[in-house]
Amino acid sequence: MTYRTVRLDHQIIYKIIEPGSRVLDLGCGEGDLIYFLAKEKAAKVQGIELSEEAIYKCVEKGLSVFHSDIDSGLTDYPGRSFDYVILNQSLQEVKKVDYVIKEALRVGKKVIVGFPNFAHIAARCRLFFSGKAPVTVSLPYHWYDTPNLHFLSTSDFKGYCDEKNIKVLDIFYLGKKKLIRFWPNLFAQNALFVINKP
Amino acid sequence: MQNSLGIIEPKYFTFAEPPDKLLLESGQKCGPITLAYETYGELNSDKSNVVLIVHALSGNAHAAGFHPEDKDPGWWDSMIGPGRAFDTKKYFVICSNVVGGCKGSTGPSSINPETNKPYGLDFPIITIGDMVNAQKYLIDHLGIERLLCVVGGSMGGMQVLQWVASYPYMVRCAIPIATTLKHSPQQIAFDEVGRQAIMADPDWREGNYYDQGQPEKGLAVARMIGHITYMSDKSMEEKFSRRLKEKNFSFEFKTDFEVEGYLRYRGDTFVKRFDANSYLYITKAMDYFDLSGDKMLQKGKPVETRFLVLAFQSDWLYPAYQSQEIVRQLKMRRVEATYCEIKSTYGHDAFLLEIEEETHLIKHFLDKTFRGYNILREL
Repeated sequence: MTYRTVRLDHQIIYKIIEPGSRVLDLGCGEGDLIYFLAKEKAAKVQGIELSEEAIYKCVEKGLSVFHSDIDSGLTDYPGRSFDYVILNQSLQEVKKVDYVIKEALRVGKKVIVGFPNFAHIAARCRLFFSGKAPVTVSLPYHWYDTPNLHFLSTSDFKGYCDEKNIKVLDIFYLGKKKLIRFWPNLFAQNALFVINKP
Repeated sequence: MQNSLGIIEPKYFTFAEPPDKLLLESGQKCGPITLAYETYGELNSDKSNVVLIVHALSGNAHAAGFHPEDKDPGWWDSMIGPGRAFDTKKYFVICSNVVGGCKGSTGPSSINPETNKPYGLDFPIITIGDMVNAQKYLIDHLGIERLLCVVGGSMGGMQVLQWVASYPYMVRCAIPIATTLKHSPQQIAFDEVGRQAIMADPDWREGNYYDQGQPEKGLAVARMIGHITYMSDKSMEEKFSRRLKEKNFSFEFKTDFEVEGYLRYRGDTFVKRFDANSYLYITKAMDYFDLSGDKMLQKGKPVETRFLVLAFQSDWLYPAYQSQEIVRQLKMRRVEATYCEIKSTYGHDAFLLEIEEETHLIKHFLDKTFRGYNILREL
């Protein structure tokens, strides 16, 4: 695995995280991202993951991972245990979003939140022209089989941060292969927010 | 028999000869103490490949391979051997019996050198801490300064946690399986029912039965209760359902159902191999076990032991929440740890049966620890 071949969102997270950081990945899946961070950035990484099969893959890689859902995975950590808590492509699947973000901000000095942008132009077009719930590259599921419990746009998340007095340190808008600069809430498929609680 | 270790020779180590008896947690002293143990594989030159396996309530030092008279191999044979989870081509595996046991180690059925009769109830009460202190003597005797891994299920898991509490600097990685930081009232209650069954048997004779034969009925009942708690509702349904031994009901108090026959068989075979007093002493040790709160990890010192904590979904005797409590303590101290709740319908017995899942997790975890955690930078 080299820098060039990893997913765009992983590349960006890789760039954000300083070498040697302590990183907690909530919903780490098979551990590709934290493995990459441990290997290339000497990060001290820990994953939390619900799928038993994914945990086997993490252990094969030598990663430490807890079998748990995200909603209950954070409570036992002392405050500021990690330099970064990552919630990448998992926020939309947690039950208690508000609680999880609050806990993540307590446990991590910074939190990186990545999610699919529901207001992407393809989603808007599908809803507008066909009158059907969007099925797009970043939202590939049908309404009846989606694991996503929450649908939000980049503007929604910005608004949420404002309302909760969460400081937005950086935002990255992701297209298919590169970052989006103009009209991000229309053209970004995914977004990555770096936030903290001052 | 492929990959089997073949014939294994049991070994014995005696220490704490008077006047240097072992001081027990109760304040009493005990000695001399013999521990039965077995070893598999070869110790490497820097003695960095030692895996210590510790056993459950009715276990013994014979974890793998065959004794000459054996029909079946040791109790965790499918996990230990060339190419298995505890790969004897790489690791030097030691399995030690516990003090208080009856399989070659000093316990209530051993001869008290002061009276030349079996100890019976004169044997001092022992704790999980005492078991581990005794094992420490064995490890010292073998000239081993650090253990790559201490691993065990159920009461074995308690010994694993106790090893970390008592000798943290000696344990590079710990694998507690289907276990707890403390016995719950429910677990104590089941143990007490077992003990009462033994002590209510007139053949128990206040523990002085060694001339007449042991309280077989009481011990068998204790074992039957144990076996119920080791299974799950679902595994019992799958194994027995309501199947009958004969075609029809007997309309007598005979073993109509297969499940009854199974429990009786288990009880009857157990009394042939296990001492009733040992059952009392060891269950008591489990009930006294309590490393809850911050008692396991020494305060103010960084924890260098890496953990793999395993639980099983259908285990209601040592439910997953108890393993999660271990994980909670590890999280609070930011210890490098992995926790997995393995899907299984076998109940508590799963730790002896879910070999494929355990092998997968343990093999990789152990290998990465053995290679010094640097794997992430090596690949």
